[in-house]
Amino acid sequence: MSTVALTESYHGAAVAREWSGPAPKRIVTGYGFWIFILSDMVMFSAFFATYAVLLGQTAGGPTGHDLFDLRNVAIETAFLLASSFTCGMASIAADTRSTTWFQLAMAVTCAFGLGFLALEGQEFTNLIMRGAGPTRSAFLSAFFTLVGCHGLHVSAGILWLLTMMAQVFSKGFRPDIQRRILCFALFWHALDIIWIAVFTIVYLLGSAK
Amino acid sequence: MSDAHSQIGGRIDVAPGDEHLEGSIAQRVMGYFIGLGLAILLTATSFFVAGTGLVWQPSIPVALVVLAIAQMGVHLVFFLHITTGPDNTNNVLALAFGVLIVFLVIGGSLWIMANLNHNMMPMDQLMQMQR
Repeated sequence: MSTVALTESYHGAAVAREWSGPAPKRIVTGYGFWIFILSDMVMFSAFFATYAVLLGQTAGGPTGHDLFDLRNVAIETAFLLASSFTCGMASIAADTRSTTWFQLAMAVTCAFGLGFLALEGQEFTNLIMRGAGPTRSAFLSAFFTLVGCHGLHVSAGILWLLTMMAQVFSKGFRPDIQRRILCFALFWHALDIIWIAVFTIVYLLGSAK
Repeated sequence: MSDAHSQIGGRIDVAPGDEHLEGSIAQRVMGYFIGLGLAILLTATSFFVAGTGLVWQPSIPVALVVLAIAQMGVHLVFFLHITTGPDNTNNVLALAFGVLIVFLVIGGSLWIMANLNHNMMPMDQLMQMQR
């Protein structure tokens, strides 16, 4: 790799920086995955727009105010937030190459994620049993699409989480495994950010009306 | 500290999700605790505001949206480690572009659909015309 001195103007003062070849793989991989996450958020924004447009189209059926149970949503939110925190702990454990702490933090993250999915599944079956399934009205179709899509992402995240636990168990903290852990952590934290939008726009605003 | 971080040391960029500071483990854990505390505070406020009669009712949707955006900011800073530092310029620019597209998609859809809805003939008249 050739070393080139770059001079760039930073806050008016010229700062000379050494440029030694392309960015390391960790930055390239992380940045690429960051772009994927942002495109995923753009996809979710389309579902949010659909939901907002169809919010009033209940076809004489139940509205969000009749259906949503905020206590359940609060517990789901707590589970996802706690799992995001323990996922951060797993990232630190991976950086310090502590297998025990990593596996423990990932196991707790997985438990919280499964708890979230169980509550959401319970809510969905409850709604369908009450005759408020996705076929009832355009509002409910949009609701099940948006919240279900987030649930699918969480399910995929849990499969990825278990894969990472298995890979660290069998291969250890190799650089490529570390990069995958970085991407997984980005994915899991991003899911929690999308959930903030879901519980605010769908549940809190929906039950306020 | 570790391979991942020595790779980054002295670089112009930092990967999204990586912490720039070469802090001790205790400092890094503390960062997550601060983020968790702020997130719990904002979430609890959201749920409280949504269910209470103490707040002026028309202000509630705006308050909830502001609280949600604040909490997203907390998550971005404390969990995803997106900072304003020069090593994060690429990550922030990508994020800004993503946010722009999200606003265009949501705002544009709502605007267009509200306009169409406003200009559409009431459904019963439309049915009579088709007969």
